[in-house]
Amino acid sequence: MRGALLAIFIGVATIGLVAIGTIWPIPSAIYFAGSGNGSVLRSPTTPEIAIQDLGIRIRLHQMPAAYSSLANKAEFTQSEFDQDVTGFYRSLRTQATLETVDSQPLHQSADQAEMRVQFHWSTILGPYEDTREIQVVRNGDRWQVDWPLVKRPSVPAQVIPVNYLRWDVIYSGSTDEWGSQNVAGPNVRIVDMRPVNRAEGVYVLGELLDDDVVPAWVDVRATLIGKDGKILGSEDSFDMISHRLLPKQVTPFRIHFPNVDLSQVGSIRMQPESILISTSADPVIEILNEKYNALPIASLTGQLSDQSGRVVNFAHVLTTFYDSNGNVIWVSGRYIGRALPPQTPVNFTVSVPEDLARKVSSERTIVAAYSPRGDAL
Amino acid sequence: MSLGRAFLLAGPALLAAPLLLAQSPSMNLPAQVPAGSAFSVPTSGSGQGTLTIVGPGQALRQSVQLGSPVSVAAGVLYSAGEYVAILSSGSDEQVGQFEVTPAQQPSTLSFLAEPSRLPVDLQNGISGTVYVSDVYHNLILKPMPVSFNLSDSAGPSQTRTVITRDGVAWTRMNSASKEGSAHFVAQVGGVTTTRVIDEVPGDPCNLSMTATPDKGKALLQTAPVRDCSGNPIPDGTVVTFTASFSGRQSTVDVPLKRDVAEVEMPLPPGATVSVASGVVAGNEIHWSGR
Repeated sequence: MRGALLAIFIGVATIGLVAIGTIWPIPSAIYFAGSGNGSVLRSPTTPEIAIQDLGIRIRLHQMPAAYSSLANKAEFTQSEFDQDVTGFYRSLRTQATLETVDSQPLHQSADQAEMRVQFHWSTILGPYEDTREIQVVRNGDRWQVDWPLVKRPSVPAQVIPVNYLRWDVIYSGSTDEWGSQNVAGPNVRIVDMRPVNRAEGVYVLGELLDDDVVPAWVDVRATLIGKDGKILGSEDSFDMISHRLLPKQVTPFRIHFPNVDLSQVGSIRMQPESILISTSADPVIEILNEKYNALPIASLTGQLSDQSGRVVNFAHVLTTFYDSNGNVIWVSGRYIGRALPPQTPVNFTVSVPEDLARKVSSERTIVAAYSPRGDAL
Repeated sequence: MSLGRAFLLAGPALLAAPLLLAQSPSMNLPAQVPAGSAFSVPTSGSGQGTLTIVGPGQALRQSVQLGSPVSVAAGVLYSAGEYVAILSSGSDEQVGQFEVTPAQQPSTLSFLAEPSRLPVDLQNGISGTVYVSDVYHNLILKPMPVSFNLSDSAGPSQTRTVITRDGVAWTRMNSASKEGSAHFVAQVGGVTTTRVIDEVPGDPCNLSMTATPDKGKALLQTAPVRDCSGNPIPDGTVVTFTASFSGRQSTVDVPLKRDVAEVEMPLPPGATVSVASGVVAGNEIHWSGR
């Protein structure tokens, strides 16, 4: 009887709360439901509010309103602003949603403020941040953002001959007789492997070499075996590897086993996998001016430069960090939010766990590039 | 005994006489029959019967006139193995066994040559296994000599003759010192099968590069990259250039093109440039800017 009364009470209360929420919704609920900005937008009486308002408009895809709110909108068109925010070419950025905006004042006067603004985007490949230093200027009683437009990179008109090798594969058919010859799969080799124990679990780090004269589509699977002989888990490197390897190319890999402690592990079974693929040896992407910064935030910064004549839409930077003895101590990766235009350097940052920052002695970076069709370039 | 009573007893006996006189069906099976060949099975008895033959992957049934030989046409029984024959007539039957043996003449060679691609100068790196079959794909178990021949552009070919055992013969061969396609041929009784083995260069050897100024950058270029036997490393093989300067580093993976890898890199004077391919390291250059 008491249970029935409680159920009726909970039901009535739920209906009441839904009704209240529908009739008198709070502004943030409207905002987060994506149905408008409610009254989340406040009057931009401070630089922080001006930046937050701009972030909300971008998040809600109210680009005309966002453009209109800028102090320096006369310097560029709304189309240029849109392309700066969402990307000039198809890339991770064009498919991303702005989640939050954090701002930190660097300098501020009565009429002008310089802010370091971090835009937190979410994508199908996980979150990424875009940091810009933005001027905010006072205009009467309102603060307006002076948007630091990054103009579409302009490359001189030219013809770039690309004549790198391309491999095509013809496999034997299903109608061929038994014993007929097929092409052998690529020979790949793990040249380094090391398990690392961390609070988030066990990581298996290493490097894989395509030890053949043909390209390979690769992956690495690791199986942790406990001291009692039982399997603790089996995982693959997922996206922490460059899946396409050209002959003699080396990729780092990182495999994560959450909720496992290295003290439980008796042995590790490594299983490199490789498939022969049709691919091309281009584009060549240079990694320029790599610099490891141990402090204040451990990171590796640098620039990517696409040497080919076509846009690389999706690029994934993978870095192996070594200690002074040459041992792999960490593998880190980062997707580049923007497409790589031809012959134009694009900045990247790869983070390193703080506790490993002082142990890093050297690093090695590679770039995995993907075409819009999903094929490896 | 009255005449009527005698008639009543003799009548059924006379009617049953043919049945009592009929013989049970029997057949005289051959012990062995070559696959696909015609043969006949003499039978005895009288009346109609049925011959059923069951074997590996095959079964057949045909009506027979007992007392006459049963003919099995050529190509009807072709799968080698043990067969069971059942000759039945009414409730009587005779069961027998015979063997269908593979044809003596080889027709097909299933030639497994592994791997399809391997580095040069590898001892016993190529394996070849041959399964000898007749025209009906039966494994010929009789020992037969198989000739293996591996010929490549490097020089004299390698030849081995191996006798099959239970229908199988295998051998191992060395890869040549010169890269190229090798033809691996297996031959038995006039039947030949060929496989192509790609003998590819090994790891780069004596990897070296030069740096020259070019349009404000450094043009890094390797010498033609070859393995330790002098074979050119295939195009598309990645060569990694790494430049270190002022606590910074620039890296680029460049595929070989016409035996050479080259790239233009913006380098400040004092930079140290190194070159590597896979796990093979090359020379280092201290870039002066000139």
